[in-house]
Amino acid sequence: MAETHSLQDMRQQASIAAKVFIQRDYTNGTMCQFQTKFPSELETRMDKQQFEETVRILNNLYAEAEKLGSQSFFEGCLACLTAYTVFICMETHYEKVLKKIAKYIQEQNDKIYAPRGLLLTDPIERGLRVITIFEDRSFSR
Amino acid sequence: MKNRDYQQVEPRRARRARRKWEVLPGKNRFLCDGRIMMARQSGVLPLTLGLVLVTCGLFFIFDCPFLVQHLSSCVPAVGGVLFVFVLITLLQTSFSDPGILPRATRDEAAHTETQIDSTGNSSYRPPPRTKEVVINQQVVKLKYCFTCKMFRPPRTSHCSLCDNCVERFDHHCPWVGNCVGKRNYRFFYTFIVSLSFLTAFIFGCVTTHLALRAKDGRGLVFALQESPGSAVELVICFFSVWSILGLSGFHTYLVASNLTTNEDIKGSWSGKSGEDVTNPYSHKNICINCCSVLCAPMPPSLIDRRGLLPADESSQTGGVDMEPPALANKSETNVCTQGPKGLLGSAALSPLMNASCPQGKPQTAHPCPDNPSALTSDPSPELPQSCTAHHISKPHSNTSPPHRAKTRSHKCKRATLRIPDDTADSPASPSCSGPDHGSGAKGHRGASFTADQ
Repeated sequence: MAETHSLQDMRQQASIAAKVFIQRDYTNGTMCQFQTKFPSELETRMDKQQFEETVRILNNLYAEAEKLGSQSFFEGCLACLTAYTVFICMETHYEKVLKKIAKYIQEQNDKIYAPRGLLLTDPIERGLRVITIFEDRSFSR
Repeated sequence: MKNRDYQQVEPRRARRARRKWEVLPGKNRFLCDGRIMMARQSGVLPLTLGLVLVTCGLFFIFDCPFLVQHLSSCVPAVGGVLFVFVLITLLQTSFSDPGILPRATRDEAAHTETQIDSTGNSSYRPPPRTKEVVINQQVVKLKYCFTCKMFRPPRTSHCSLCDNCVERFDHHCPWVGNCVGKRNYRFFYTFIVSLSFLTAFIFGCVTTHLALRAKDGRGLVFALQESPGSAVELVICFFSVWSILGLSGFHTYLVASNLTTNEDIKGSWSGKSGEDVTNPYSHKNICINCCSVLCAPMPPSLIDRRGLLPADESSQTGGVDMEPPALANKSETNVCTQGPKGLLGSAALSPLMNASCPQGKPQTAHPCPDNPSALTSDPSPELPQSCTAHHISKPHSNTSPPHRAKTRSHKCKRATLRIPDDTADSPASPSCSGPDHGSGAKGHRGASFTADQ
């Protein structure tokens, strides 16, 4: 955790932090998916498999958030019947999954990324456009 | 010697923590401390509200008592339910975030720039940058937004009136005074469908009422004299019902084919150019298309309007952390700084410039100008069937001359958006004729801020 905190501070100090951006992958349409291609800047820092696994799980979580299932259908119908006023008092399915995603990212940071001097940011902070990975240049293993 | 140090326990002169909506780029208006948002130009929203309220008011006052007596007490009940539906969905469409994409941070923009081959020098705007992506075996071009400094996701378009990129951009509706996009399309659709039912219902009830009064040879004139409000309702409903029903039908077709108004008008997937193009977003099944548009999980707002800015940061820094709102609710007591002031003022000009809904209530007959030069013309009652919504058909702000950008740059630096008497926007600014200047000029300020969630 301490490592994560110091890395959070690092975000403010752009001079020692490099940023790697993982862009969105639109090949399946407008669904929120990120590219699993391993960025070359991280080659010396971490394992390709681990990175791809992280992005893959994030993609699955976002797919779950946007899934058109029976639950979302009933939620949508109920909302329509109440003139969408339920959204004021009810937490939507998407928001619930976003909380899961935030927790997952925090876990990943604590277990995998922080020990390597990296920090994943939650893409919701960037409008779901990119996953930003802060790289602590002063970190040495 | 007495040494009295009066220390401020509460640093009153300390800067109040600002909320992110206060520094959000784009031409939006925020009310109630960021809880409500709409376009800066509210279009003819007051007119829409007024028409709905007046018509329903007259209905409940003049027609309901008679019809309850002579027909059924269900009449006001059904009318009441429809009226509440219409009002709530209208307000939700107008006051919610349509799906605005926050602008790219400085670092992201720089990263994107390094990936683009740019051979032009700084004195002219390079040609529009595009990126191709294959979606469901269909090649889709992603355009670069010079204002937001990013490649727009598929189906995203930059609204020049609101100066924002909006996801799944449908159109900018002056009747609701807001863009219609991914997040509020279902509200908009429910609004127009329930409004069709309401209009048709009131029309039917008024006709029945007048017919019942006029029977036994007493005549229509007698009936109208007894119930003058019904005459007004009849006129309003008669002219509205066709256009609203038409609009509902059109949007039902769009929902069933998973298209947006923007795509339909531009003919993106209709194969006009002779190529074999199909809509890559359609699920090829009407029910699934309807579900995906109307019943999909409600996406979150990507602009965290009520989040607090870190105290030491101005709007210039990207990567703002999300913080829970620290202010107690009581301290925000009604900071509704915007009232109707300014709304009506722009209503006169805005229909000319903003009219993008293909059809509307024809007694106010706003033209949908097909070209920017219509800006200076007076409103005429024509209602062209296809509104080109040209401001949305110019998503790339690549033609704005640099000098215009410079003159506007000072205006960008002003604090955001909520100033009702904002005279910086010239009448020409939001409109059809100049989508580019806004987007070009705000880029250098807007790009540096990213609002969270």
